[in-house]
Amino acid sequence: MITKAIKQGLTFAVVMAFLVGCSSASDKNKKPVTAPVTTAPVVQEAAPVVKEVANVVYFDLDKYDLTPEARAILLAHAEKLKGSSVAVRLEGHADERGSREYNMALGEKRAKAARDFLVLQGVKAASLEVVSYGEERPVATGQEETSYSQNRRVEIK
Amino acid sequence: MKHYLLLMTIFVASYVSAQGANIVIDKGVDNPTRIAVDDFQYPGTKLSEDIGAIIRNDLNFSGLFESIPPDRLITHPRSESEIRYHDFKTIKAEYLLIGGVTEQAGRYSASYELFDVVQQKRVLIKTTVEGSDVQLRDMAHRISDKVYETLTGIRGIFSTKIIYVEAFQKPVRSRLMLSDVDGARPRQLFESKQPILSPVWSPDGTRVAYVSFETGRPAIYVQSLSTGRKEQITNFKGLNGGPAWSPDGQKLAMVLSKDDNPEIYTVDLASRTFTRVTNMYAIDTEPSWTIDGAGIFFTSDRGVRPQIYKVTLATGITERVTFDGDYNARGRVSPDGKSLVMVNKRPGSSYQIAAQDLKSGNMRILTETNYDESPTIAPNGAMLMYATNVGGKGILGAASLDAKYKVRLPGKQGDVREPAWSPFF
Repeated sequence: MITKAIKQGLTFAVVMAFLVGCSSASDKNKKPVTAPVTTAPVVQEAAPVVKEVANVVYFDLDKYDLTPEARAILLAHAEKLKGSSVAVRLEGHADERGSREYNMALGEKRAKAARDFLVLQGVKAASLEVVSYGEERPVATGQEETSYSQNRRVEIK
Repeated sequence: MKHYLLLMTIFVASYVSAQGANIVIDKGVDNPTRIAVDDFQYPGTKLSEDIGAIIRNDLNFSGLFESIPPDRLITHPRSESEIRYHDFKTIKAEYLLIGGVTEQAGRYSASYELFDVVQQKRVLIKTTVEGSDVQLRDMAHRISDKVYETLTGIRGIFSTKIIYVEAFQKPVRSRLMLSDVDGARPRQLFESKQPILSPVWSPDGTRVAYVSFETGRPAIYVQSLSTGRKEQITNFKGLNGGPAWSPDGQKLAMVLSKDDNPEIYTVDLASRTFTRVTNMYAIDTEPSWTIDGAGIFFTSDRGVRPQIYKVTLATGITERVTFDGDYNARGRVSPDGKSLVMVNKRPGSSYQIAAQDLKSGNMRILTETNYDESPTIAPNGAMLMYATNVGGKGILGAASLDAKYKVRLPGKQGDVREPAWSPFF
């Protein structure tokens, strides 16, 4: 079980390195971002890795099924939340394209996909609250795919 | 008020010279009717509103007219006997509107006459509208309505109103606003640090329904325009969105996910009885009633891509309405029931407003910008307004339903979105 968690943590660390790398593609100073991931002594202790789990998962345009990367991140969260009764809020979001109410529904479908996955992994459904903000709370305001892809997300809070 | 007057003058001037930064004609009709609108004479000190300028702006906004301002006129007749039609033919005016304002004990009377320059005859006998100082703008809009109706046979919409959401970034907040249809006289109905969405008018124009996140979660509210009193209609877990008033004003359709999936419901406002309308493991949202109230249009991704469907309430029979494009959402039916306007995207294209003829199924694209959404149709069915984005800023656009005309409204301080056109009052 612990080794599984570590593996997942590692998968996640790689995913994160990838995601962070992508999001800072315009930033020339990339090395400090990737360095800690490769050097982290992950194998010795699972907990610190789990702590670093990203609190956001991303989705494809007009989609609400979980990507492999999203599953990896949510698995790590499930490990952390299992057996705990900490209240978690899953906030679903969409990019600005298309109509607002449809995006509101899309955000909710995304948050519920994350919720259902967590519940399937053993997290108590009662501790998970789903709220959709649709396109109303973007994290990136640019009008190009880089921004859009950051906004199509579920935040785990 | 003075500041306002100045602003209006600038709009009109820029429109007519087609080089201003305020109202921008993206596409004009080929042959707008040219109408000379002289300043309204007033014997006293200056009026708080420039009636002539408001009328010129209204007529230009309709897209069917190009008004000619006083500084282009050769002569300034004050009555029929003073008109030298040749002076108006020279500047290619087809019609001439003249008028004046008098005041007695705080009551204002605006009288006006309309002449056909080509046929050299009066087409509208001297008509008078009355009101107080704060109603001068209403009086101007009523004159515009009468002129528009006289010359087009279609009821004018210049006395109607719009509600819209204005969003600000720093600090983050949203305001629900009410204004004249030309954007003038904005009045705040509600403000929140949380999102406000989907405002709609009640069919009698006395109340608005909208979604507010003020509790940290979405809920549907109904607010009276005369008293400002606000009532919470829903408070379910999950989505509480897309309120739509039934034509008889007795029900609201909405989207709720209280049973886990986004589904269309109706609520009887008197009894508060909720009825579930759709039942499908897909997104069902954005309800909008048919003209006769017997059915509801809604957006669904039950066929993978979002398309518009129609459900007949009595039978539950559901049919797909849109087929043209890979994204069709947020349908709104025209007052004559013949067209459905929506947000449309075709493969490789961006999000634009389109109108589909419900009988033939033919679709025409009405707008050409990239982020067009939230179409709302004028109660006379001749125009629609929508939200668009220019240079990262949310503004409103207007277009004719026949796709012949498009105009961008002047920007506001915040991001303007989700316009909703009022019914006739």
